[in-house]
Amino acid sequence: MTRISETFARTRAEGRAALITFVTGGDPNAGSTGAILDALVEGGADIIELGMPFTDPMADGPAIQRANLRSLAAGTRTADLLRIAAEFRQRHPSVPLVLMGYANPMVRRGPEWFAAAAAKAGVDGVICVDIPPEQDQELGPALRAAGLDLIRLATPTTDSVRLPAVLDGASGFLYYVSVAGITGMQQAGQTSIEAAVARFKAATDLPVAVGFGVRGPEQAEAIGRVADGVVVGSAIVELVGQHGDKAAGPVREFTATLSAAVKRAARETAA
Amino acid sequence: MNLIPNSLRSGPDERGQFGQFGGRYVSETLMPLILDLEREYRAAKADPAFKAEFDDLMTHYVGRPSPLYYAPRLTEHLGGAKIYLKREELNHTGAHKINNCIGQILLALRMGKTRIIAETGAGQHGVATATVAARFGLPCTIFMGAVDVERQQPNVFRMKLLGAEVQPVTSGSQTLKDAMNEALRDWVANVHDTFYIIGTAAGPHPYPELVRDFQSVIGTETRAQILAAEGRLPDLLVAAVGGGSNAIGLFHPFLDDPEVRMIGVEAAGEGLEGKHAASLAGGEPGVLHGNRTYLLQDEDGQITEAHSISAGLDYPGIGPEHSWLHDIGRVEYHPVTDVEALDSFQRLAKLEGIIPALESAHALAAVEKIAPGLSRDTLLVVNVSGRGDKDIFTVAKALGVEM
Repeated sequence: MTRISETFARTRAEGRAALITFVTGGDPNAGSTGAILDALVEGGADIIELGMPFTDPMADGPAIQRANLRSLAAGTRTADLLRIAAEFRQRHPSVPLVLMGYANPMVRRGPEWFAAAAAKAGVDGVICVDIPPEQDQELGPALRAAGLDLIRLATPTTDSVRLPAVLDGASGFLYYVSVAGITGMQQAGQTSIEAAVARFKAATDLPVAVGFGVRGPEQAEAIGRVADGVVVGSAIVELVGQHGDKAAGPVREFTATLSAAVKRAARETAA
Repeated sequence: MNLIPNSLRSGPDERGQFGQFGGRYVSETLMPLILDLEREYRAAKADPAFKAEFDDLMTHYVGRPSPLYYAPRLTEHLGGAKIYLKREELNHTGAHKINNCIGQILLALRMGKTRIIAETGAGQHGVATATVAARFGLPCTIFMGAVDVERQQPNVFRMKLLGAEVQPVTSGSQTLKDAMNEALRDWVANVHDTFYIIGTAAGPHPYPELVRDFQSVIGTETRAQILAAEGRLPDLLVAAVGGGSNAIGLFHPFLDDPEVRMIGVEAAGEGLEGKHAASLAGGEPGVLHGNRTYLLQDEDGQITEAHSISAGLDYPGIGPEHSWLHDIGRVEYHPVTDVEALDSFQRLAKLEGIIPALESAHALAAVEKIAPGLSRDTLLVVNVSGRGDKDIFTVAKALGVEM
């Protein structure tokens, strides 16, 4: 079992959804990210997504765009990201860590280099926004050979004809991008989320996590009732933007409210 | 696959690739739409009614064919090759961009889309898109880097006159690449009703193919015109390359004629040692904006800022087919600096009474370097892809003239 599958097995056994949190690596600087990641774990995050900054984050809304630019302006390099991951792994041996970002920084030195470096740093999986299943050969084979999960994205435009292609080669979990749009903007209706999750769960045994537009505890709780995982990104990234290198405290508190929310959702389901 | 045996014109392959370049590197939300567009384009290509409507608009709305004009004084001045100008600047809206926009808006209508978006650098593609949107009565939003909005005021006003909404983009370097990021962000949030008219032969498959096909009218006409004028094919074709749509449009119909040499001209800005926009001369392959192609980037794969005096060439990438033609050696690519382009801009105005776009002035600067060394019976065609009215403020400023 991988750290990711063990985590979902545990949260399932607890009858609740996993809380998955995203921050951009190196925001506001590479030295601050370790404490922010620790705050996420202390606040109750089950899985950590570490964003790899990119100059052209074309799938992201203003909050994460700004985080990318802050990180790059502070001089964050790929080597810093890998070091942040390796140090996280030493401090948190069992918490799954997923790198999320865009294709070019990942494939720059070749997919094998990236897969080996990520595996060595203790990374469990990779989410790449602009490598759809059609371009899998760009990254997928190298990641799988290194024992990493390539986590695929499904969206409101992923219809039943297309879903098998998305699931082919997917591992770890299926990440449902619940709105057709960029990160941190609109929120999807609960009914449409429920229908989509049901459709995916009928087609795969992989855990289904829901993200994009999940702003706070209320939504996390609602989504936690139907999905295996709830992803929160922009709302946390905004806290980092607001508090800079003093963000760990506020991030810990906010994460705790999200964690309580997914646990509350579990109790209600059980009741 | 539309494979022609032993042909350089058969690409892209079924994965949308020209060799290792091209492809479909888009988010999952856009993927079904990209596949739809490809299906619809195949259907349109096979539909005589689509071609008839395109041709009719080319003739009566765009004003094609554009002349192939022998430039006697430029030829005499350079003292070498016989120089012909392909006069794309005489098209409606003043550049080659309209050819592609006509094709794409007809596709948008076929697909039942009701809203148009586009990115623009110099504003030529934005004006052409706003023009076809007005012609067909569709609402239109143009994304333009805030820096470009500032340096291309006349085109901003033209777009507004044509009824388009111009959205200044303040992220990143505030130029063409950022305008494209913002257009992609809009598209992904409005996939149900919006058609994205990409302005150059780049982006995810099938855009590089369909833009090339719509622009190939340039090369197809040139072929017939030079045969009529000289009774043989040209020896050398020259065109400026940003994304590369005017160049691929001129080159593509000649790719299988080995006697025709081709030169694409990249913007070398302050020079290749300084800030520039020459992706082939100074870049390496990578993935951006939906395709694998040569990019200006650092060792971590971060995109570095391009620079050119010409807003239309100020982009850190290039169309994937050019990357392939470069790698296989079929087309040569030469760099030309801001200063060289400025000189040629003024020279064509004085020698031929034609004010070229700064983009086209790059191609003319390459001609000035090459033509004197060629024999007088060498036939050279250079694409004057656009007219320079939009650039007079930029040029005046560069020359220290108060307006």
